Amino acid sequence: MDKDKLRQLQQQWEQGPLEEALAKSAERPGCAKTPAGLPNQRLYTPLSLDEAGFDYAQDLGFPGQFPYTRGRDPLGYRANYWLFMQYAGCGDAEEANKRYRYLLSQGQAGISVAFDLPTQVGLDSDDPMADGEVGNIGVAVSSLQDLERVFEGIPLNKLRQISLVANAMSSIILAMFLALAEKQGVPVDECTLRIQNDVLKEFISRGAYIFPPQPSIRLTTDVVTYCAENHPAWLPITLCGYHIREAGANAVQEVAYSLANGLAYMDEVARRGAPMERVLPQLSAFCAVNMNFFEEIAKFRALRRLWARLVRERYGVGPEVNLGLSLVNFTAGSSLTAQQPLNNVVRVAVECLAGVLGGCQSLFPCSMDEAFATPTEAAVKVALRTQQIIAHETGIGDTVDPLGGSYYLESLTNQIEERALKMIEEVEALGGSVKAIDQGYFRRNIDESSYEWQKQVDSGERAIVGVNAYQEAEEPPMEIFRPPAETQERQIASLRKLREERDNQRVQQALARVKAVAATEENLIPALTEAVKAYATMGEICGVLRSVFGEHHEGDI
Amino acid sequence: MPKRHRIMLAKAGLDGHDRGVRVVAMGLRDANFEVIYTGRRQTPEHIVNAAIQEDVDAIGLSILSGAHMNMFGKILELLRAKQSADIAVFGGGIIPPDDAAELKKMGVKHIFGPGTSMEVIVEAINQTMQEREAR
Repeated sequence: MDKDKLRQLQQQWEQGPLEEALAKSAERPGCAKTPAGLPNQRLYTPLSLDEAGFDYAQDLGFPGQFPYTRGRDPLGYRANYWLFMQYAGCGDAEEANKRYRYLLSQGQAGISVAFDLPTQVGLDSDDPMADGEVGNIGVAVSSLQDLERVFEGIPLNKLRQISLVANAMSSIILAMFLALAEKQGVPVDECTLRIQNDVLKEFISRGAYIFPPQPSIRLTTDVVTYCAENHPAWLPITLCGYHIREAGANAVQEVAYSLANGLAYMDEVARRGAPMERVLPQLSAFCAVNMNFFEEIAKFRALRRLWARLVRERYGVGPEVNLGLSLVNFTAGSSLTAQQPLNNVVRVAVECLAGVLGGCQSLFPCSMDEAFATPTEAAVKVALRTQQIIAHETGIGDTVDPLGGSYYLESLTNQIEERALKMIEEVEALGGSVKAIDQGYFRRNIDESSYEWQKQVDSGERAIVGVNAYQEAEEPPMEIFRPPAETQERQIASLRKLREERDNQRVQQALARVKAVAATEENLIPALTEAVKAYATMGEICGVLRSVFGEHHEGDI
Repeated sequence: MPKRHRIMLAKAGLDGHDRGVRVVAMGLRDANFEVIYTGRRQTPEHIVNAAIQEDVDAIGLSILSGAHMNMFGKILELLRAKQSADIAVFGGGIIPPDDAAELKKMGVKHIFGPGTSMEVIVEAINQTMQEREAR
């Protein structure tokens, strides 16, 4: 339709029906802005997009093509659904093995391994700092032997994907995995491995760091370049906005900060001469799906488009290279309430819908009881079924990017991209992510957003059902998962036995080699693989690396 | 003019999730508390020593990793051993209701779970401070 004609019609509507309606009822103040502070207009029309200079070919294009707004895959979900995933792992290796076998028997396509905190920060289960934390929120893996037990009877090449939530110690976990594939006798390239391997977000949000930022980036880069050379089909790094968001960032900060970190890694990968046309298509992003439905869907589309635009020129790759980030969407744990916890089933379902409409490649729903503890098996099953229902019963995947072209959604997508780009430029002006971390830039801005949100909830400006609206005084108790009590003792006993039985001379030699290589620019993965094969432990290996790299300590607020 | 109370907020063990504790730190500062935050990965020994040294009125411990029974137990024990059981202990994080009840029996004044408003936290701490001074 002719733009002038449309403008005229809109004016008539504004002066007629709209004005009458506004005279009768005031609008809710909460409508005015999204949680990230983006202005919400009353109504979006083709004119809104027109004013923003929107161009279909440049800003949307086609699925699987630059700038990937409409998705990474030309077929969307018409051939395959996204991967139904579930984050799991607790206790010692035997207990984790049992839970994985159960999930696989229920139709889960792959395994995502959660490691306990001592493992994540490079400590053995018998380290004094590990007391009380062994096997608590993930499985304890102090040595290759533990990983062998985790995958007992689960051939690695029979899984569609193995996802390892390994960051500061990702290089050691990769080495263990390579050794494990050899032990199982499976052709390693029949396995698909995804490694989280985003250590910068540990400094910004989650806190599972070991070494200072600079050597941490080196280890991350070792993993990326090793995989690019030897296992090009793997996914050696996942840019994590999730943890940044859960730490209190808003949707725009989530996009900006995770991509700023991505640039820090890719700059280093490029500096080391890795083939960028091989590395870039293997990148994925790990995103939060929170409750504001359209802001979240727009966020995923903006993230893909912004990244593709940022890296195409920066690394000078041709149009044949797929720059569409593969999205790993995880529903927001922080959106779950301890109050009236059954309501969380609904929250997770809504978030799953947004995650899928944003075009994810894999989806992790939270379980309803996560505001209390690690989920029970029953709660995990409901979460898994939620996404199966969405996939098979709603028709959501029957056309590609069904919301593409929505005036509102495209306007939000544009705004998120624009604001996130400004933030990335701020980070770059500070000298990049590492410098910004040193200066407390991220933490300061995230604190501001999370406090602002808390104030909005406390004042009732943002309603959360069961928390500040529709509360109930008495609530029925919920069944809660208890990690088995004997885990820590059992794990420590098996670790001590291992240290007695292994060839300790071989361990010492392997550790000496790790130390020597760490001091050079050479890739550490081969030396680490030898060390884990000798059953050197996580704590021992990180110990020698600490002696070379130093340790990161956090100052007070 | 009422006394301005000093409160030490702490993260014990390896758990790095500190959104809650940082928001509470800002909220308590706005409510006129003097707040000291230890940063992450502190041992119970360090927390208790620092609390005594800084002469705080209360410790607020945040744990989301499931290690709460262990960590609160150690902190309460150390406070008693160092004749400092008058320092009030509060907690927050992902703590199942049964455990919260058990922790209260052990001597923790309040456990603030997810969704607790700043108003509730401030009121509960102020009340505990008043009771403490009335003794």
